[in-house]
Order: sequence, then C-alpha cells, then structure tokens
Amino acid sequence: MTWRPRLAEGTAPVLVVLLLLLIGLAIAGPAYDEPSGYLALLKRAAPLMILAIGQYFVIVSGGFDLSVGALVTAGVVIAARLIDGSESATAWVILLVLGFGLLVGLVNGLVTTKLLVPSFIVTLGMLLVLDGAIFLWTGGAPRGALSAGFRMFGRGAVDVPVLGEVPWSVLILLAILVAAALFMRGGTGRALVAVGDNEAAVRLSGGQVDRLRLLAFVLSGLLAAVAAILLGGFAGVSAQVGNGLEFRAITAVVLGGVLLGGGRGSVVAAAAGALSLEALFTLLNLLGVSGALESAVQGVIIIVAVAYASLGSGVRQRLRLWPKQRNVARPAQPASS
Amino acid sequence: MTPGIATSVRLTGITKSFLGVPVLRGVDLELRGGEVHAVMGENGAGKSTLLKVLAGVHRPDGGTIEVDGAEVSFASPTDAQRAGIAIIHQEFTLLPHRSVAENVYLGREPVRRMQVDRRRMVADTRELLNWLGEDGIDPADNVSSLSVAQRQVVEIVKALSTDARVLGMDEPTAALADHEVELLYDLVRRLRERGIAILYVSHRMREVFDLSDRITVLKDGRFVTCAPTGELTSEDLVRHMVGRDLGEYYPDRAVPDDLGRVRLALRGAGNDRVRDLNIEVRAGEIVGLAGLQGSGRSAVARAVFGVEPFTRGLLEVDGVAQRVTRPRTAVRLGIALVTEDRKGDGLALRQSVRDNTLLVRRAALRGARSRARSDVPALLDVVTVVARGEHQEVRYLSGGNQQKVVLAKWLAVEPRVLVVDEPTRGIDVGAKRAVHEILRDLARRGVAVLMISSELPELIGMSDRILVMHDGALAGELPAGASEGAVMALATGHGVGEVA
Repeated sequence: MTWRPRLAEGTAPVLVVLLLLLIGLAIAGPAYDEPSGYLALLKRAAPLMILAIGQYFVIVSGGFDLSVGALVTAGVVIAARLIDGSESATAWVILLVLGFGLLVGLVNGLVTTKLLVPSFIVTLGMLLVLDGAIFLWTGGAPRGALSAGFRMFGRGAVDVPVLGEVPWSVLILLAILVAAALFMRGGTGRALVAVGDNEAAVRLSGGQVDRLRLLAFVLSGLLAAVAAILLGGFAGVSAQVGNGLEFRAITAVVLGGVLLGGGRGSVVAAAAGALSLEALFTLLNLLGVSGALESAVQGVIIIVAVAYASLGSGVRQRLRLWPKQRNVARPAQPASS
Repeated sequence: MTPGIATSVRLTGITKSFLGVPVLRGVDLELRGGEVHAVMGENGAGKSTLLKVLAGVHRPDGGTIEVDGAEVSFASPTDAQRAGIAIIHQEFTLLPHRSVAENVYLGREPVRRMQVDRRRMVADTRELLNWLGEDGIDPADNVSSLSVAQRQVVEIVKALSTDARVLGMDEPTAALADHEVELLYDLVRRLRERGIAILYVSHRMREVFDLSDRITVLKDGRFVTCAPTGELTSEDLVRHMVGRDLGEYYPDRAVPDDLGRVRLALRGAGNDRVRDLNIEVRAGEIVGLAGLQGSGRSAVARAVFGVEPFTRGLLEVDGVAQRVTRPRTAVRLGIALVTEDRKGDGLALRQSVRDNTLLVRRAALRGARSRARSDVPALLDVVTVVARGEHQEVRYLSGGNQQKVVLAKWLAVEPRVLVVDEPTRGIDVGAKRAVHEILRDLARRGVAVLMISSELPELIGMSDRILVMHDGALAGELPAGASEGAVMALATGHGVGEVA
C-alpha cells in the first residue's frame, strides 16, 4: 500500500488560507524575505497555537473550553507573585503553574461529566471564578516579577544547527504539535473524535466516554498553562495578558475546519488556523489597519468559517451521494454462492 | 395551465441524474384513484427519487407527468400539492406542542375578523378525522400526547386537508410498533375505499402483499415490471428486485456436531423489564428471540450487554458467573451487541469506515493497537463492505454497508457471544442475505448468536431454536423451522395465535 497524504474532511481550506496569507506577508513586508521573519511570526503565534491545540481536544469531543484565557492570566499572575524575581524559585513555580492548569482542567472535566453541566456553562463559570480570584488577589495590579529563567521560554532562543537561532517557544510548540498529531492518530485520539460524533456508539462499544471527555479538558488546561508560561515570558506580567484568548483559540479551531459540536477535524489544521489568524493580524498591521479592528475581524472570521462549514457539508454531501463504489478489499462478488 | 385535482397520475419515461450519475433511467408509473400501488426495489433502486419527482421536490430530466390525462410540470412541492399530490415522509413534520387542528392547518389557518378561526379549524379537522373513521383523536389534543400511529393519521389528515387525492407514503410502518401496523393497514384500506390513489413505498414484503393492488419493481433506476399483486409471488419479487434467483433464502442450519459448550447462560435472570429468564446459547448455535414489540426482547439484549443490567439471577459466560453492569465489562467478556438503531448508537457516522471498524478495539481494549493496521482490509473483506475506500465516512454508505461495518467492528474483537437486535432492519435484499451468511459463518466458528428480529420469516429461517417472549417472560421454546402461526400464538399469549 503506497502512502499518500490524506487530509481530514474540511481541513484543506485553512491550508490555502494560510498559504495566501504567507504570500501576502512576503509581498507586504520586507521582514518576510528571509526565514527569520517567519520564525518571529511563529514565535508570536506559538502561545495561541498551543491554546488552539488544547481547545481542539475539547471541541472535537463535543465541548467548549471558555476558561483558557482566564487560566493564562491566572498562570502569569501566580507565577509573577510566587517567583518575585527569584531565579531559584523558577523550576518549582513552573511545575506549580502546570499543575494549576491541570487542576482547572480536571475540575472543568469532572463537573461536565459527573454533574452533567454543559461544558459551555462550566467553563464560563470557571472563567468568571478565575477572573474574580485574580482581581481579588492582585487588587487589579499584579505584584512581583518573573525571573529571567522563566522568561527564557517565551523570549529566548537556542542555537540549532542549519536553522540558526530558533526561539524556545517554537521548539516547544513543535514538540507539542508532533505529540498531539501522533496522539490523534492513535486509538485514544480516534476514540476522542468518535465521542464528539456519537457518544452512545462509543459507550456501546465499551468505551469510557467520561474519561475521554475528562482527558480533553485536562489537556486543554495543561496546554493553557504552557501558553501562560510562554506568554508571561513574551509579553510580561499584566492582569490582561489572557483577555479574549479563549475566543481567539475557538476562532482558530473553527478556522481550521474543526466542526463545532465535535466529530470531525484535525489538530494540525486547528494549529494552522491559529497561525493563519496571527498571520492575518500581522498582515493587517503591515497594511496599516488599526489594531482596534482585530476583534471585529475575528468576529467575522468565526461566523464565516462556521457558515462555510455548514454550507460546505451540504455541498459535499450532494457531491458524494452517489459515489462510484468499489469493494474495499477485493472486487465485489455475487452474494449467491 | 393549472391542473385540476388529480384522480389519476401517469409518469412516463422519467429520467433523473444527479451530477451526471443517473438515478432514474426511464421509469413508468401509473396511479389510479382507489388503488394502492406499491413500489419495491433495493436501496438505491430509485424509489425515493421517484417519490420526490412525483412530489415536485425534484424536476425530472426527461419523461412526462400527466394528471388526469393533461401533461403537467411541477416547479415546486407547492405545485404538486395544488394538483392534489401529497407525500407522507418518514420523518414526521408535526409540532409536538401544538394541537392536532393547529398542526393540520399550520401556515394556512382559517381567518375570521383578523383572528385565527379556531372553531372552524377544529370543526374542519374533526370532519376529516370522522371521514377517515379516526374518531379516537380529538382535534384539540396536543400532538405530543399522541402515539406514533396517531401522529401518522394527523399527517395524513394534514395532506387531505389540502384536498390531496394522491398520497405517497415512504416506509410508513418503519416507525410503528407491531400492533400499530394493523391500524395503519385499516387506514390505508379506508383511504383506498374513499377513492384516494396511494403510492406505497416499503421494504417489507408482507406489507406489500397485504395491502397493495399492484406492484412496480425498480432496479438500478430502471423499471423492471409492474403487475397486479395477485399475479406475483414473493420469490418473483425477490428475483425482480435483485435481478437473480436467490434460490433458498437462508444459510444451512447447524447440525448437532456443530454445537459446542454453553457460551451464554441466564439462570433465573431478571430486572425491571424482564423476569425469570432461563436461556442457554451454545457455541455454534443461532437462537432466535421472538416476541411482539414491548415484550422485552430488546430488554434482554440490553441486560446481557450491561446497558440495563440484570438485578436478579445469574449470567454465565462459558460457565463462569459474571456481573455485567456496563457495556465495557460485557465487551471485555467477549459479549457483542449489534443494536437495532445502527445510526443512533451503532456507528459514529462522520468517522471513516476504518475508524468505525476499530472503534470497539480502541475504545474497550488495550495493547492491541499494533495489530490494528494490517487486518482492517481483511475484516471488511469478510463482511463484504462496498465503499470507496476505508477512509470514506460511513454516513455515505448504504444502510446495508453500514450494518456490515457494525458487524466488522465486533468481528475485530472476536466475540464469544453475539447478540443482534434487528440485524437487517432497513437494508436491501442483497445485504440481508450477506448479513445472514455472516451470522451463520460466525456461529460455525464457535460464536453463540442470540438473534432478535421482528421479521418472522427471517427469524424462523435463521434460528436453530426459537425462544418466544411475552410480557417480559419466556412464553415457550420452538424448534427450528416452526411455523409463523406457532410463534405468534406464543408471542400473543394465546393458545391460538393470529398471524399479524
């Protein structure tokens, strides 16, 4: 059997969009004449791409995670206060931030699966709780400072043969993306998508639907913590660092052709959706469009992407209603034997 | 021209292609008032498309439609409705929280002094219900309080209220319980007596013989034959539909040497829905489980599989008592369940053939992933799935091929006990035959098969023994090849049963 690349249904458009945006950048911005420009773009996009990967797990299994933006803010604020400029505290604070993300994901997942509250509501509630807690804790202005060691992941770069200086965040992103893609090819990943498609079928096939859902929320929380670490380094400490990131991540996932409600879409395409979004904002910036328009643009994108997906599936269905069929394994033989 | 109200409709040489794929290739059909005309054919033969052409949903590419001898062309379903043609679709289109009368006149309520004239709406609906002899339905009742069969009556009244004289019915019994089917028969006969022309599309051979006056058979979009029902036998019909002689219907039964140990045993098992079950199924054996809808047949399947577990008695697999309280436990013990609703809980429709085939293995088992790659084609080969490739999403497959994928997903974990609930519901004759052969083949390889089916010929043809349920308990056991009458007698709880 010869291997050929196979795209999950609905993922082709985002790759085209991304390519067009990259070409647009090459034309519009002199910085994009060489690889370093694109590396810088990737570095900027890395936190959102990681959030989109986390959001993908939740959306493809049939839920939403609205808490990730607040979780990012919480992660940065907590880290700044606990480290308070001390290098020696860096390592355990990083572990603590990751643990906090995991814990928030666990709570989101347990409330969703055990108390049967829709994830939209659970994570909206979590968003408000985290927002309130951060405000209470910081009084509106975060205290403390991050250490240089902490900020290295978001800001620093490492020498890689051939490529030269590659940002840490890009390496972390690549590692996560590869791991996520491999996970989604494996049995657990496929079962996760199947849960988003038909929960009853998975349950009656002996699958543990609740555990799979829980796993998606935990991964989303964990990856939000990773994004917090990168963003803290990249953008510094503020109580607004994660504002609106949950919707940006959802937009990215939808732009990547992942079906809202679950059951279809690829994690690589979701990450490509996040990169496209970042590339689009960069391009608009280069063209002199006001940054204030970003959220409006994002709003239009999410509506258009979902409309395209619903329209698209109708069109696709009509195209495939009477496909030429063939036997998968061998030529069809008459049933009379 | 605006056509008058139809009393007869003639379709001649209808052709229709979608994106270059011909679906109808010259179909003739004549409907007369006071006649039930059945259309039969395998899935994909073009029945639904023909129905939609008649209803004005699709415009034919070629051929003519004549209403009372005058040629017409329908640009939309509204045109067809004006000509007196209405279709009762499989999915009902009623609003559950409105009254019967409001549903019947939905969107065209009679108006009096700028207000909806409720009194007239109710009176007109009652008049139509009386005309049909359906006095049991009150026009003021909420639709949500009606049974499925009664809702169907409301659908028909809705059609009649637009002065429909030609009714197309698409698999009208698919959603009905067994005892409701009789009511539908009566209704269809009454419609016929009152001069309505009925186009009856169904898979179920017996219904077609019970009800229809004429039968048209389609195959691959072509007109095969049209003959008065009395001149056709079921063998003729099958031959016309599949285009070949199927000869005998069912694979050979097990011989004593085929039977092995008792794989599944229930000893005094019961729960809220069933009681005192003593059942043994041996390796190599297909045991049929008969009974009317609601008799507890499916409840047995669900209990064995741990969906609604037994609360009393013992369940033994290969002689060892087991507590099966959830499907996962059942799967790990080697019990498989093919549910009656393959789209609802059998398949993940947007996933590929491959992913569905591996669903059980991935969801319930561990450490088997490495073996997964190579044997999917082999499995699909065993169940003879026809698809564009193993990466095609299963929702694009025909019902028969979908059911084969369901079987493949269970074959992938090599079950010891296979429970199948309505394994051939809604699939065409060819696929049915294939499913029967797969089941028998599994039995020969040592699987214990417990088979539930509402289709008595199938149940009797396939089973090595038949257990009959009535009212949540076993009413008796019959040997292979028992008569339908004997099964029905036990199923209805009478000494002398009637064959529905």
